[in-house]
Amino acid sequence: MLKELKILLQNGKQFIPNLRKAEIPLPWRGRPSISGARVDEEALAAICPTGAITVKPLTLDMGRCTFCGECALAFPEKITFTNNINIYSNKRENLLIREGEQRNNLFEPAAVRPEIRTLFKKSLKLRQVSAGGDNSAEWELNACGNANFDMHRYGIEFVASPRHADGVVITGPITSNMAEALRITFEATPAPKIIVLAGVDAISGGIFTGSPALHRSFLDEHPVDLYIPGNPPHPLVIINALLDLSGRK
Amino acid sequence: MNYLRIKNGSAISLYKLPSHTYNDWAMEALRLLKEEYFHCASYFAVRSSADDFSLILVLADDLNQDVIVLSSSIKGPTPIKLKSLTPQIPALHLFEREIMEEFPIVFEGHPWPKPVRFSFNRCNHNDSIIDYPFYTIESEQLHSVGVGPVHAGIIEPGHFRFTCDGENVLHLEIQLGWQHRGVEYLMANKDNGLQRSILAESIAGDSAIEHATAWAMVAEALSEQKVSNQLAIERSIAQELERLAIHTGDIAALCTDVAYHLGANVFGILRTGIINFLQAWCGNRLGKSLIRPGGTYFRLSKDLRERLKLVLADYERRFIPLSHLTYKLPSVQNRFDNIGVVTTQQARELGLVGMAARMTGLGRDIRKSHPYAGYIGSSPEFITLPKGDVFARFLLRRKEIKASLSWIRHILDTFPFDDSFMEQPSPQTLKFQSSQLAVSLTEGWRGEVCHVALTDENGKIFRYKIKDPSFHNWKALELSLRNLEISDFPINNKSYNLSYCGFDL
Repeated sequence: MLKELKILLQNGKQFIPNLRKAEIPLPWRGRPSISGARVDEEALAAICPTGAITVKPLTLDMGRCTFCGECALAFPEKITFTNNINIYSNKRENLLIREGEQRNNLFEPAAVRPEIRTLFKKSLKLRQVSAGGDNSAEWELNACGNANFDMHRYGIEFVASPRHADGVVITGPITSNMAEALRITFEATPAPKIIVLAGVDAISGGIFTGSPALHRSFLDEHPVDLYIPGNPPHPLVIINALLDLSGRK
Repeated sequence: MNYLRIKNGSAISLYKLPSHTYNDWAMEALRLLKEEYFHCASYFAVRSSADDFSLILVLADDLNQDVIVLSSSIKGPTPIKLKSLTPQIPALHLFEREIMEEFPIVFEGHPWPKPVRFSFNRCNHNDSIIDYPFYTIESEQLHSVGVGPVHAGIIEPGHFRFTCDGENVLHLEIQLGWQHRGVEYLMANKDNGLQRSILAESIAGDSAIEHATAWAMVAEALSEQKVSNQLAIERSIAQELERLAIHTGDIAALCTDVAYHLGANVFGILRTGIINFLQAWCGNRLGKSLIRPGGTYFRLSKDLRERLKLVLADYERRFIPLSHLTYKLPSVQNRFDNIGVVTTQQARELGLVGMAARMTGLGRDIRKSHPYAGYIGSSPEFITLPKGDVFARFLLRRKEIKASLSWIRHILDTFPFDDSFMEQPSPQTLKFQSSQLAVSLTEGWRGEVCHVALTDENGKIFRYKIKDPSFHNWKALELSLRNLEISDFPINNKSYNLSYCGFDL
């Protein structure tokens, strides 16, 4: 018993007290900022391994970005990755960052379905489905529940059965082999229910875009409530995104 | 007989590759694989034209630190019927199944000719992943339990089919393939090296560093680049940090499964310190974007090295007393001891690699047997344990953590780091030699990763073969569970922590 107490004492308090204000230190790559500097935009766009950058005006789609940072390394005067964690949104088009844009919050509370706020504000139970995920987004979703981040303090939890869930969190580019299992899991979740896409692979297919082994029609048939970019998304981003969606302060 | 001996991380001309008839090739393969110090690192088919194929077998020679490449050319008409080698060398069973799935080649006499992952390029499109032919035993006394593909937790999909007699598991069959994303196809068809680097990091996200290193070694061999000792050392430090982090997280998961909450929580937060250091180094907690062919954008600077020493000291100060306490705890010992035993004999027959081999006393470690990157000259202490149970898998992790800690420290203290030095990677403009075959082996925390790339006469990659250690090791989990109860499954599964996506590709 004394040994256990000693270990507790030795490790001290590890939880992050305020997850809303916590920062992730650089060189973590969060929200990109695009300046008005004049560069060879075509050459810049050609660097991106996932085609996330388009020109005229220069636009970076965080839903396609793997946050590898190569564009910022080649053209530091044009693109910088800040440690701003506001990279998630409930609207797909808000993930597009344009040259000179100054908006802080990409999340639009007014566009959230009202039943999400009334039903899930104080308790949100989620079922995770990995559909070709590489176990990195899954890893960070797990980390949301550890002693550092302790997401459970907000009543947000991952549950074992879709029957107990208020929605599904999808990771991975949705493989043909998982498409049916994903559909069944979602159908088994009682309505009203939400869909969250965690990580670049889920949002756009990421580096797997164009693979003949994917089958993403599920996303054409169901509206998505939350997009969380990242490769993988950081736990702080995931938690803040879920808090914004459920309407918590 | 003629075969090529090369070193880990090198390339050879395809024209130098001796080609034999299947029968000669098979005799030689059997002769070599019966030696204890050989094992199959990779075995795959290449299509040269509609009816022409080559079979390429990559063997690791642990005694001479060599990689042996044996090839055979076989001709149609398809389907081509060949004699299976699996009855003599069970370790080849999955490789032969994979070839049968993707090519019009039939290995006659294969005892278990089932689909592997229902890949998009499979020959037989009549069956889909829900039609997998499970092994069944007809008896009124037996029942079977199916679990998955979606599991009760944040975990990747796989289907587990248990055949049980009362509470006893007679047989477990694991069906994978759900995560299949066509990685090998994409590796061959992407436009440039940067895309391939990002892809390699996503083969298995928890092993991003080892797969990215394996790809970088292949790319460097194909483009005849030599990297500096310092870059090599930094890659190996990153590799050991990944090992530390995941082993620690796995011990936390083992504690969760035996309801030891102090261990589950404290080992969990210990992992955070290590992965946050990786983030401070390269901006990503899993080390993605750190490894690039030919160089790196993220040097291990003097500041980072000093910080790493502090991070490791703090980690060790907290890890040692708790791991000792966990080791001594009767409730933990009771759940770990003698559960899920795999014998050395089984490990050898199945061709297990990495941790799963070492915990049965089978000493396979690429860092030692085929040194690469920063492991040339010195590598972490080589550890094997005799028992092969869950306790051994816990203990091996604990010992490997200590070995990695002291190796990183030794390197930080003795290696002459030069902070003015910078090797810029150029993954977008890599130019590969034409008609080459390059092989790389790396030792991740799970075990041996093998990448093989073949280029055509224009220097374009036309075949890329990836083997994750999980490809060998899932079979060990199936065997571990025989004569245990289903309730022993979670702890066995965690004790291996095998990769679904690494297997499914």
